[in-house]
Amino acid sequence: MSDTQTNSIAYVRDTMLPEAEPPATERGLIKWGRENLFADVPNAILTIISAIVIYKLLVGLMPWLLNGIWNAPSIRDCREMLDGATGGCFAVLTERWNQLLFGFKYPSEEYWRPTLAFVLLFLAAAPVMFFKYLPRQMLAFTAVYPFLAYYLIWGGTIWVPIFAALGFVAGYVAWTKLVNRSFAAGFFGAIVAAMVAWWIGGMLSDALAPENPFLPAVPSRDMGGFMLNMILGTVCVSLSLPLGIALALGRQSDMPIIKWICVIFIEFIRGVPLITLLFVANVVLAYFLPPGTTFDLILRVIIMITMFSAAYIAEVIRGGLAALPRGQYEAADSLGLDYPQAMRLIILPQALKISIPGIVNVAVGLFKDTVLVSVISMFDLLGMIRGPILASTEWNGVYWELFGFAAVLFFVVCYGISQYSQWLERELQTDHR
Amino acid sequence: MTTLTDPPQESFRLSMLLNDTRYRSYTFQFIALVCVIGLVAYLASNLVANLRAAGLNISYEFLGEPAGYDINQRLIEYDSQSSHWRASVVGILNTLLVAFLACVTATILGVFAGVLRLSHNWLIRKLMAIYVEAFRNVPVLIWIIIIFTIMTAVLPSPRAFRGDDAEASMLFDAFAFTNRGVYVPKPILDSGGWIVVITFLLSVIGVFAYRRYATKLLFDTGKLLPMGWPSLAILFVPSLLIFFILGRPIGLEYPELKGFNFAGGINVRGSLIALWFALAIYTGAFIAENVRAGIQAISKGQTEAAASLGLRPGRIMNLVILPQALRVIIPPLISQYLNITKNSSLAIAVGYMDITGTLGGITLNQTGRAIECVLLLMAFYLTISLGISALMNVYNNSIKLKER
Repeated sequence: MSDTQTNSIAYVRDTMLPEAEPPATERGLIKWGRENLFADVPNAILTIISAIVIYKLLVGLMPWLLNGIWNAPSIRDCREMLDGATGGCFAVLTERWNQLLFGFKYPSEEYWRPTLAFVLLFLAAAPVMFFKYLPRQMLAFTAVYPFLAYYLIWGGTIWVPIFAALGFVAGYVAWTKLVNRSFAAGFFGAIVAAMVAWWIGGMLSDALAPENPFLPAVPSRDMGGFMLNMILGTVCVSLSLPLGIALALGRQSDMPIIKWICVIFIEFIRGVPLITLLFVANVVLAYFLPPGTTFDLILRVIIMITMFSAAYIAEVIRGGLAALPRGQYEAADSLGLDYPQAMRLIILPQALKISIPGIVNVAVGLFKDTVLVSVISMFDLLGMIRGPILASTEWNGVYWELFGFAAVLFFVVCYGISQYSQWLERELQTDHR
Repeated sequence: MTTLTDPPQESFRLSMLLNDTRYRSYTFQFIALVCVIGLVAYLASNLVANLRAAGLNISYEFLGEPAGYDINQRLIEYDSQSSHWRASVVGILNTLLVAFLACVTATILGVFAGVLRLSHNWLIRKLMAIYVEAFRNVPVLIWIIIIFTIMTAVLPSPRAFRGDDAEASMLFDAFAFTNRGVYVPKPILDSGGWIVVITFLLSVIGVFAYRRYATKLLFDTGKLLPMGWPSLAILFVPSLLIFFILGRPIGLEYPELKGFNFAGGINVRGSLIALWFALAIYTGAFIAENVRAGIQAISKGQTEAAASLGLRPGRIMNLVILPQALRVIIPPLISQYLNITKNSSLAIAVGYMDITGTLGGITLNQTGRAIECVLLLMAFYLTISLGISALMNVYNNSIKLKER
């Protein structure tokens, strides 16, 4: 600038203006609302309709929830306490809590046993579910858990679970000795060793049974409530996983006879509803067992449900096996691995990873399907509600509280499992995307 | 001079059955076959022994004997003197009825919810997510029983509709929601009624023919005929014309309160409604997820490419996204239909007389023929399952990607 023009005005601004706020409609809640709720006319109408629906639901539901009576001996007392006001009668839950969880026959002084088994279930499942974060030594407890849980829930002589476990140990020892020779020898050797151990154990446990066992025996027909759903769910899922893998491998196999046995089994089971299989467990299976044997109903139901879910899991895993690129199979061959090695080390880990969402879907579906046993008059959670509780004079008519409780209980468990599976999927993701 | 000799003949050793890959598969198959045959033989011998001990035999003669029980929900003539076989057929028709109703409703619900879960509207998205998660994670039996409880224990009895200031009132004077079921008007066909119905069916065929012709014209000549209003016109105008020309031969019989109950109209029983709605809402949540996954499987580039060609959003959905998404959606949809059909067997929990309730329920209990009844039941469901999947696979093949 020359000195002569002291009062010159710059053509361009030489100072920064402070940043202006975006217009009121383009920031904060209003912007979010405009974009997410009132983007155009149809959207605005939808928003208003759903807001009205939510409002109506809340207005109807909140007094019922907040006004609820949690302490009353019967529904009449409940109604008296409410005195015409809207409110749920949740007293039935507190009153019948133990029945809802354990059924009405399980001896009440033994409730700590299934409760302890339930708590330990988390300890046993943790090293499997969070295998990256927990030490592998904890898996030892997982291996012990089935026998421990059986002993805790059913009680009786301690030798039964001990000999059952010893059978597995014998099988494992035979396997490690023989597997170096060939897989088949190890496999059949293990089966034979376990059978022999169980046979000997079966004879010994009768002789060794003490007069007064440490934990009194509870017969299967006394199991009930949500405990029964949990038992059926966990046992059947864990048993059907290996069976399902075997069926899937069989269906993918080159050997026509094995393949057709698996195909017929899977298609047959998948074609009929679970109810008919439960009928089979209830009324027909007894005809196929040796005369004079009495199999208890829970065991028969476990067999049928396990077969049912194994067929579905097999189909899921078959999808995983088919989704693996051909190159993986060829790579295993070119390394000189034989069939069991290739499956164990290369194919199955990847196939199972692909099938995780499907397997979890089957597991969740199976857990939900355990309420079907109420149809063959077993007193699981739903059976308890529809039978002894709603039929009792004290609680006749408390529908919503009870069914709502059952729905919430199942929702919590199933939603939890599916959230876990999504977490696991992210955890196992090895491709970098 | 050297002579070529054969390689030394390897003698066969027993261990080769396990260790030689040439023979091993035969060994395994042989073992498997022996195991299966052994198992079947063992079960069969037990069966024979048990049946002999109980003085029973396997015979299907009981199917011809009079059933002796009533079925309140039936599509064909049936009374308690009819045979067990006829009762089973009534049950089969009831199963098919509820499965069909639930499949249609579930598909509509599922497609709506699935598309709405992808909406830009936050509230709708969240609402649909809640619907899907709530219904997917709770057993269907609980939903069936909840709806059944509403139908039987919460709705007013027909008595409540009586009097001048009745506690309950009918909807539009045509629908009555009572604890004995829902009463809806019943269409009455007069002499000319069938002509109207036949005309309507012909118009439906006409619509398909018109749309096919329009598509062919578009592909051959590039001329675009309007699709929307002509279809509607073909569908309704001829039937309405005939309806009025013949002097309104189709009327409605409204349910009316007579004595202690409603008379006239159709009584849709609470158990049917419970089963229908519960199955539809429950399976609808699964179908919604399939639909969402199907739409999301189509790459965003497809939408963008279509938009850059100048297609409008509705056209993009109809012509580009949906045809591709359907290929992903149809196979899981088939298994959902199968699931509905199989889950309809839960009817036994609410007393709806489907095949499980008649053949697997009362007939089984009355005759004690457990093995025969369960076998027939399984055979029925297997036939249905294989039939549905065969039909749907034909459809699936017709729309799948045509590759060279």
